[in-house]
Amino acid sequence: MAVVTLRPPLRDLAGGSGRIDVEGQTVGQVIGRLEREHPRLQGWILDEQGAIREHVKVFVNGDVAGLDDAVRSEDRVHVLPAISGGI
Amino acid sequence: MGDGAELLVGTHKGLFVLRGERGGPMEVTARRFEGVDVEYAIRDPRTGTCHASVTSGHFGPRVWHASDPTGEWEQSDGPAFPEDAGATVKRIWVIHPGEEDGVMWAGVAPAALFRSDDGGRTWSLNRGLWDDPTRARWEGGAGGLCLHSIAPWPGDPARLSIAISAVGVWHSDDGGETWRRRVEGIVPRYLPEEARADTMDHCVHNLRRVPTRPERMFLQFHNGVYRSDDAGETWLDIGGEARGLPSDFGFPMVVDPHRTDRAFVIPLVADLDRTPPEGKLRVYETADAGESWRALSDGLPQEDAWHTVLRQAFAHDGGEPLGLYFGAESGEVYGSADGGETWRTVIEHLPPILSVRVSG
Repeated sequence: MAVVTLRPPLRDLAGGSGRIDVEGQTVGQVIGRLEREHPRLQGWILDEQGAIREHVKVFVNGDVAGLDDAVRSEDRVHVLPAISGGI
Repeated sequence: MGDGAELLVGTHKGLFVLRGERGGPMEVTARRFEGVDVEYAIRDPRTGTCHASVTSGHFGPRVWHASDPTGEWEQSDGPAFPEDAGATVKRIWVIHPGEEDGVMWAGVAPAALFRSDDGGRTWSLNRGLWDDPTRARWEGGAGGLCLHSIAPWPGDPARLSIAISAVGVWHSDDGGETWRRRVEGIVPRYLPEEARADTMDHCVHNLRRVPTRPERMFLQFHNGVYRSDDAGETWLDIGGEARGLPSDFGFPMVVDPHRTDRAFVIPLVADLDRTPPEGKLRVYETADAGESWRALSDGLPQEDAWHTVLRQAFAHDGGEPLGLYFGAESGEVYGSADGGETWRTVIEHLPPILSVRVSG
């Protein structure tokens, strides 16, 4: 399982847990399962069309990743607010 | 009305719940949604539930609700477009109670209407408007293509009017199943004359229905102020310097819930200079349905006052005499307990203010 790291406010929406073990072969599968296990996260990382929000960045082992990128067991997945976002 | 008041002030950096003297100084009782845009917040007078539209620059927009605005807020399910719509909600401009129990409406960008049947907990897209065959010709204004005004018909849930920047006024007589656009009489002077007849580019800035005479509506246009006495089928120009307005440009508008001839606007110079004319912050009142306007400025800054007051940042409290409040992008809120005859500073130094509504 991948190890997903979240920061506030996503961490709060996931019940306060900053590191969560999640099944999935791709980033999209990992985020999808994360949303199913923590429904309050729905719509925060992916928009309603299923795309990563413009100002959210997903990293796998330190590299920026897209939904189709592979995730292996023990990979470190970070979901972070991008520096391009916010006002 | 009592002597106390509560305001919900949406800002660029969160929701501020203000409490204090009616029309006078208030204090910040609570700040919620720290650091993100709160475009709009209201308390539904039917239930007492508060609703706020909140947009995170990172994590997108959503509606939240709370029984106590100073307490915990819960996020709603939506509004969000269904997959086949191929769109994403960028911003939620307005939330408005409907006429049936539990019904709420929300207007969003890109221009769409959402309905809730469970008091704002879940939302569904109004397909009648979304699937309008003219949509490919719709264009937005400076604020984007947005549905910002919702005007139900008191006591008749079948009848509903909305306004979209920049696609005009729309009416439904069947609860939103079908819609018709009505802009007759509204002159888009920002277009060449030869382009006006067939254009859809009618940049309505605000639409208000008079609750005690629902066939009467007031409208702030991109360059004009209008009134309709036939339920929005046709529109009559009630603006212009000859009637006493210093400018026809502006966004905020309030109608008196008790007096059918009375409305208020806060003019700005023009689209290219969105500041008060002459650097004087003035509210303008008509008490004769737009035949004439007069400035209300007692207590408002009249020298080097370059405030910008946004579309949703002007509200009344329904009292008699009418209480009025507006907030500026520069962070001040002004209030009046006497229908605008005199004004006081309610609070200063807030973040840029996006909306003001009276909640108690």
